[in-house]
Amino acid sequence: MLEYDFMRTAFEAGTAVSIVAGAVGYFLVLRNLAFAGHALSHVGFAGATGAVLLGVTPFWGLLAFTVAGGIGMGLLGDQLRGRDIAVGIILSLSLGLGVLFLHLYTSYATQATALLFGNVLGVSAESLRDLCVLGVVTLGALVVISRPLIFATLDPELAAAKGVSLRRIAVLFLVIVAVAVAEAVQIVGILLVFALMVGPAAAALRWTTRLRSGVALAVALAVIETWAGIALAYITDWPPSFWITFLSAAVYGASYRPLALLAGAREPA
Amino acid sequence: MSAVEFRSVALARGPRPILSRIDARIQAGEFIGVFGPNGAGKTTLLHAILGLLPPASGTIRVFGKPPGTERPGYLPQKRSGISDLRLRGWDLVASAYEGHRWGPPLLGARGRGEVAWALETVDATELAERPLSELSGGERQRVLLAQALLGKPRLLLLDEPLIGLDPRYQQSVVELIKQVQRTLGITVLLTAHELNPLIGLMDRVLYLGHGHAALGTTDEVITSEVLSRLYDAPIEVLRLNGRVVVVAAHGEVETEAHRHDA
Repeated sequence: MLEYDFMRTAFEAGTAVSIVAGAVGYFLVLRNLAFAGHALSHVGFAGATGAVLLGVTPFWGLLAFTVAGGIGMGLLGDQLRGRDIAVGIILSLSLGLGVLFLHLYTSYATQATALLFGNVLGVSAESLRDLCVLGVVTLGALVVISRPLIFATLDPELAAAKGVSLRRIAVLFLVIVAVAVAEAVQIVGILLVFALMVGPAAAALRWTTRLRSGVALAVALAVIETWAGIALAYITDWPPSFWITFLSAAVYGASYRPLALLAGAREPA
Repeated sequence: MSAVEFRSVALARGPRPILSRIDARIQAGEFIGVFGPNGAGKTTLLHAILGLLPPASGTIRVFGKPPGTERPGYLPQKRSGISDLRLRGWDLVASAYEGHRWGPPLLGARGRGEVAWALETVDATELAERPLSELSGGERQRVLLAQALLGKPRLLLLDEPLIGLDPRYQQSVVELIKQVQRTLGITVLLTAHELNPLIGLMDRVLYLGHGHAALGTTDEVITSEVLSRLYDAPIEVLRLNGRVVVVAAHGEVETEAHRHDA
């Protein structure tokens, strides 16, 4: 399958995006922000479709909206806690706006499916380059803030007492999340970002209690799930997004060790 | 040399005055229990010593220097979310080592040595390999105490380390703190709701109430006269087999305060 250009590009794009999604996702889960990632991708839908309407590449519209959303969320911080109704209404408004923009720009119906459910097999050489550059920048930024980020995540009260600005860290981190989300959308689409960012990270947190091994495992799982998803899509001709979400769910399920639980249940007490 | 000195210090949170005209001198190497009803200003006082809250008036000196110069070890009261983290304690302790610096979380040999020393000092080397979510309240407090010891501080500020712990864990945590204080020869300020777990182990008592403070030995401070003045209400102090019960005219002050928070 690697004799096809589009397959090679898909594997390369999938690798670049999964590395970022796995690493960023680990901290997302550690900070109890899994849902924020989900929310940011929805906000991006209005941006991407709006960009189509304006004749701009959808990716840049998506990125602009997710980053703006990330900054907003970071600034609001704790005020967002318990506001799931307000967040949910903004989410549906973003999707609604996206539908309107698509309606106004009638010629692109396939664009909507690609945005919502991803189209890793349709990544162009040009967007592959953009994904790689953004991926390197995002990972670099994550490394630079990782030390105070970990401190502020595990121990906000003490970190604040030692002079770490919790709000600055929150905003910087959510901007990084926003870029990672925009990248992940290229692979699995707006609705399925959870599978690539949260699934591997959540499984990694269940499998290892060591922070650095956890980040490494989250990255490895994200990359493997993406590779296997693309390969299975090639073999079965089913969509890669389906396979990636399926593998993400399977790996997360396996982290609960269902076989060991079953075996344990069968043993006499 | 005095570890902490307050010279007619007034503290306020925004427009709200918390403490007024505090004069107190804590000697280096002392173990001080800080008590008082909810909202009396115990945490505020620790924040002022840390340099997080400049005094509204008066002077605070920590080892002869303005607050913020010395970096005391600090154990904050509220620890959000630690108890359901499936992360080992070692990573929690290590996160505080130079945690305010930018860059990757690489500790280097010195940082790892420091973490190992802190864990060993509180006998938590093995505990720190287990996920925080699987530790009991007392065990978690032991790991957090190691975190507060990073940087080998001369002064340790512990905000309500006993809150939410079973009485038997309370006793073991207090004894551990005492042992650490004695071995390292450091000064400890510990805020608490209940006097009894600390009687016999602390050197002196700092009692806060109604904006004022009284510093002295248990026998000097925990009296009907001093407490009635601090609470601005009639208080009785009963002593039973070495334990102390503080009773207000309308009920038991301490138990109420403790239940309220637990």
